[in-house]
Amino acid sequence: MKLELRGITKRFGSLVANDGISITVEPGEIHALLGENGAGKSTLMNVLFGLYHADEGEILLDDQPVQFSGPGQAMTAGIGMVHQHFMLIPVFTVAENVMLGHEPSRFGIIDLDAARARVREISAKFGFDIDPDAKVEDLPVGAQQRVEIVKALSREAKVLVLDEPTAVLTPQETDELMETMRQLSDAGTSIVFITHKLREVKAVADTITVIRLGKVVGAADPSASTEELATMMVGREVELTVEKAAARLGDPALVVKDVNLFDHLGRKLLDEISFEIRAGEILVVAGVQGNGQTELTEAIMGLREKVHGSIKLSGMELSHAAVRHTLDAGVGYVPEDRKKDGLVAEFTVSENLMLDRSVSGPFTKGLNIDFAYRDQFAADAIDEFDIRTPDGETLVGRLSGGNQQKVVLARELSRDLKLLIASQPTRGVDVGSIEFIHERIVAVRDSGVPVLIISTELDEVLALADRIAVMYRGRIIDIVPAGTPREKLGQLMAGVAA
Amino acid sequence: MTQTLAPEAPVVGPVVVAPRNWKGAIVMAVVAQITLAFALTTGSVEVFFSWNDTGQPAVIPATVVDAQLICLVLAVIAELCAVAAFVFVGMRRKAPLILTFVVAFTFLIALVASVAAGSQSGNIPVVFLLTGTIGLSTAVIFGSLAGVLGERVGVTNIAIEGQLLGGAFTSAVVASVTDSLILGLVAGMVTGALLSMVLAGFSIKYLVDQVIVGVVLVALMIGLTNFFYSAALSGNSEELNFPGTLPFLPIPLLSDIPVIGPVLFDQRPTTYAMFILVPAVWFFLFKTRWGLRIRALGEHPLAADTVGINVNRWRFWTVTVAGLIAGLGGAALTLGSIGPFVREMSAGQGFIALACVILGRWNPFLAASAALLFGFSRNFRIWAGQAGSTIPPDLIAMTPYLVTLIAVAVLVGRAVAPKAVGRPYVKE
Amino acid sequence: MSAPVLEPLPVDAEVDPAARKRPTAREVLSDIASGGPLRILLAVFLSLVVGSLLIVFTNEDVLDTLGYFGARPTDFFGAAGKAIGEAYAALFRGAVFNYRADSFEAAIRPLTESLRFAGPLIAAGLGIALSFRVGMFNIGGQGQMLMGAAFAGFAAANLSLPWGLHLLVAMAFGFIGAGLWAGIVGLLKAFTGAHEVIVTIMLNYIAVSLITYLMRTPVLHDMDSGNNPTARAPQPTAQLPTILGQDFSLHLGFLLCIAAVFVFWWLMERSKLGFRLRMVGLNPDAARTAGVNVKAVFIVAMVLSGLFVGLAGINQALGRTGTFGPSIDAGIGFDAITVALLGGSRAFGVLFAGLLFGAMKAAGPSMQVQDVAPEVLVVMQGLIVLFVAAPPLVRSIFRFLPEPRVVVRTSAPKRSLRATAAEAPATQAPVAQVDTAQGDGAGDSTATAKKESPL
Repeated sequence: MKLELRGITKRFGSLVANDGISITVEPGEIHALLGENGAGKSTLMNVLFGLYHADEGEILLDDQPVQFSGPGQAMTAGIGMVHQHFMLIPVFTVAENVMLGHEPSRFGIIDLDAARARVREISAKFGFDIDPDAKVEDLPVGAQQRVEIVKALSREAKVLVLDEPTAVLTPQETDELMETMRQLSDAGTSIVFITHKLREVKAVADTITVIRLGKVVGAADPSASTEELATMMVGREVELTVEKAAARLGDPALVVKDVNLFDHLGRKLLDEISFEIRAGEILVVAGVQGNGQTELTEAIMGLREKVHGSIKLSGMELSHAAVRHTLDAGVGYVPEDRKKDGLVAEFTVSENLMLDRSVSGPFTKGLNIDFAYRDQFAADAIDEFDIRTPDGETLVGRLSGGNQQKVVLARELSRDLKLLIASQPTRGVDVGSIEFIHERIVAVRDSGVPVLIISTELDEVLALADRIAVMYRGRIIDIVPAGTPREKLGQLMAGVAA
Repeated sequence: MTQTLAPEAPVVGPVVVAPRNWKGAIVMAVVAQITLAFALTTGSVEVFFSWNDTGQPAVIPATVVDAQLICLVLAVIAELCAVAAFVFVGMRRKAPLILTFVVAFTFLIALVASVAAGSQSGNIPVVFLLTGTIGLSTAVIFGSLAGVLGERVGVTNIAIEGQLLGGAFTSAVVASVTDSLILGLVAGMVTGALLSMVLAGFSIKYLVDQVIVGVVLVALMIGLTNFFYSAALSGNSEELNFPGTLPFLPIPLLSDIPVIGPVLFDQRPTTYAMFILVPAVWFFLFKTRWGLRIRALGEHPLAADTVGINVNRWRFWTVTVAGLIAGLGGAALTLGSIGPFVREMSAGQGFIALACVILGRWNPFLAASAALLFGFSRNFRIWAGQAGSTIPPDLIAMTPYLVTLIAVAVLVGRAVAPKAVGRPYVKE
Repeated sequence: MSAPVLEPLPVDAEVDPAARKRPTAREVLSDIASGGPLRILLAVFLSLVVGSLLIVFTNEDVLDTLGYFGARPTDFFGAAGKAIGEAYAALFRGAVFNYRADSFEAAIRPLTESLRFAGPLIAAGLGIALSFRVGMFNIGGQGQMLMGAAFAGFAAANLSLPWGLHLLVAMAFGFIGAGLWAGIVGLLKAFTGAHEVIVTIMLNYIAVSLITYLMRTPVLHDMDSGNNPTARAPQPTAQLPTILGQDFSLHLGFLLCIAAVFVFWWLMERSKLGFRLRMVGLNPDAARTAGVNVKAVFIVAMVLSGLFVGLAGINQALGRTGTFGPSIDAGIGFDAITVALLGGSRAFGVLFAGLLFGAMKAAGPSMQVQDVAPEVLVVMQGLIVLFVAAPPLVRSIFRFLPEPRVVVRTSAPKRSLRATAAEAPATQAPVAQVDTAQGDGAGDSTATAKKESPL
């Protein structure tokens, strides 16, 4: 089926998320939509899928204009979508998930056998090994994604949209997915492949459309060089290398030894983690998302129960310390999800700047908060960190992602640091702020503080790291020096030890 | 975090330390010990289990047993069940539900026997205890069915109390005015549904927090019914508040069976409706396509939306249908029981229904069982008072609430609840 | 200044209307708080309209005129106007100023009665409001009041202490009783995850049964005074003294409740503890990450909530000279929820709401004399809260209202699809930020999420 989007414009208030975007996907084509995080790709696909309504523009299927008021109509028309975050119901079985919305039934009573048969039939076609009666929550991520694909295909999808499908996959699973994509396209299914990963685009796409800041920048050929694509995507020469002098290493400051972590079901999340970071050193933990990096930072911070092993900061044992004590020991923490863990959106900028210092210290005066100090502190921080906000009394939720992150950073860097932990410090942050944040992190290192960075972006890993630890399935599979080539890192991230 | 399945964490290797959940077994053991305590404190007195409906000719003679003996036997059974539960948990398996039921039953029978042993006559009117239990549970069961439906689709309905009250009020008034019990029933159901629509409208359209709307609706219904009661009903009760009651409809043959007959097959239509609705709601939720969608909406509404299920429309109508059931529960309080409307006659049964939903783990059968427990304890209080029990009635009245509190706190993990309950679904 | 976090900010018209659609209890509550006096006025007006209809159509005279409405419709309107006029005149006489009274003292007595009724409503309302601010629903006002009243009553009747000290000790008992009872809720929530709505409802029933039982035993009951459950009267040394002389029953309790308003304001807006309480209420995850012991805050918040509610119980038990029964709470525990909602969980909002509802309570007898069922006032209270809680509804009824000034509050994360749009700042709009919003939010969010609770 041929899909054509013409002049799609979607505004959120004063912000134009999609600005007159036009693309054409030929039948059986794998069409990559390439763009930075949040360039407007997902919005576009949500418009296509009827989840959003476009303010302008039209959608054509096989040259016929169509209008979708909801996903149901989009699916009836033959569009299937595998969302970045899977739209599966964890407590339902595979068959239940696949049939939801178009259940085979008689007099309303579900025909479970028919549903199972359908799952088996489609699975067999693509060589998937899926048990229709397995509960989705028990399946590994890769299998869940296959369930999503089966779900889309069970509705006779002619156009399949895959939204950042590889974010949660290992390199092997990614390869398998690409194989499936080729199979589908050979069978005549058109595929829209949304991604910001250049290598994957080059490997699988027939056509590439690059989107930046809500607009189509242009089309590219898969044979274009990585540099060309990247420049198109970012809008200028990408320079992610950070100016930094050679590290002046001090003594080992953070020593993590034999750390194991279990969840409430007794499953192991971290497996014998051991590493050390010296004063004045940046250790970056690389890896595919979801291999235990988040859990590692949370274990160090005291946010997790059932931490076994030893975590010592300058000789002080932290493995059983409460968060309060960890913070008091001089640990600065930039959490991975700043909106969930790092900020109170309904608080003002100045309140957020004192979030973790309401018990004692300069922000307090007896039982009260020292409002004068707080306001002065906020004014200074806004100035120093170039936080774009009308004033300190503005709600932090009204700031952009980059400025929100600067609020977190300003808060965490203002303490008397003995260790800085920053998880995905530049996720969802605009390019201008990325540089600024990287520079500040390097400045912290240069002041002789050990720094632990978690990043899933290889570019960031390579830009910041003095040493790189690669995590895979809860283990640190290897720790390698800064100059390690990408290919080697890729292998490690896939669990292939040296 | 998110409701999606992005991997939170890797799972390394197999389950290393499968945690055992001892809570259930411990509670069973405690109950078994209490049963044993009954046995040890009850005197060796003869008690009579009388199997006949009061006022009916004796069909089968009363069974005479020694109170202490039967308490001992029951205690032994309870202890065995508790031990079995521990064994199951020890083997890292789930203890079957039947054990819980047996422990509960032995406890209740022992309780009854020990109270009878302390009374003058030693009589245990089994039929009275059972019919009373069902009668006093009916409204709560209707309410909890409405609650199960609402929460399964993702809407917390605190207003059930108001729906029972409103249903009771309008059914009594409409039946009085029109002289038609059927119209009264319909009016009660419509009232429940309308209140559901207000709840759904406010929480879905105007996005007011569901608990807030629920609480305010309850306050409003208490005010409204009290107002009309004082302003209109109390002066004209002949015309406005004298509906009569639904007739008992004995089912031929079946109603002649001893014990079971009068308890199950000689009831009013509202009670029969309850007998049918409990399995019907279960079947609807778990075996039909509509039920599948409803459960999907309560777990992950966005996922349901992406397969073309209109979240808010489904939620609105499911809650409305649930309101019909709750309204019928209200009618059961008046037409299905005493007839006229009485001020604040729901007396918290709607809140109890809400507790039963949680105790029953969002399952119609289990919720109904929990409601029966409440009905039994209310009925037991009446009987124990008559029989001259030494246990203070206020403390008996307290037990079901205490049991609920302990059960909610100790036994029910939060994991079983539909994940999206209480959260409005908002898109563009 | 003190960071009025949720003060309304003027917002450009261009802000996505959808951005407003992000509700949670907190947001609804803060929305109520941010609602100008105009909206509350309109809500009061609407409920007066509904109340008038109820009065008109239950009035005998009016119903008589309906019989010949076709022939002489003016009779109907005349009678209806008369009924409404008399009812609201009675409301005024009963709540504010009795212009028919013989003496000035008698004339202003209704006002002092309104204040007397308002006191416990304000105190209990503050308690409920505190729980709301910490993101919890304390429906347990009834039980906490009963416990406070029973403990205070016990000390007031059974101890013999000098004047002044006795009162203080009795009050301390009351605070302990209510605080402990509420603390159970906090403990259960913190350590078992049990939902506080169910827990507080159950604890209400348990408290009623327990106190009724104790009111039959020598613990609280004077065994020579019959079988009805009652607690002994407080000794004169433990009674709250009247403050306007013997002619008025307004007592010290009212002043204590007013003082509680200022304590609440200081606690929530100025103090360190209040900062943490609000933090947990708005985003418990961020609070935990910032080193706040969230479980401890839940417990502390419930105890504090119980202390305020307890003051209402103390007020009831010690603000009298006679015995009292298990209905001493007089429905205040439940009314307090509506007071807190109407008052937007702010100190002075609760004060205002408590005074309003107190006046409505005080007017009951006067309405009754005028042959209007005073329950109409309860209906009106419920309606006011309902209208205030649903700003869009009031707006759709009064279409002439300008689009209101709305705080574009970015929710805690993972709340809704809309959250993405809401990320947009109203004042500045770097495009990069749109991207952020989508990247972070578009796919991963679904229905709003404040309560993780099973209920």
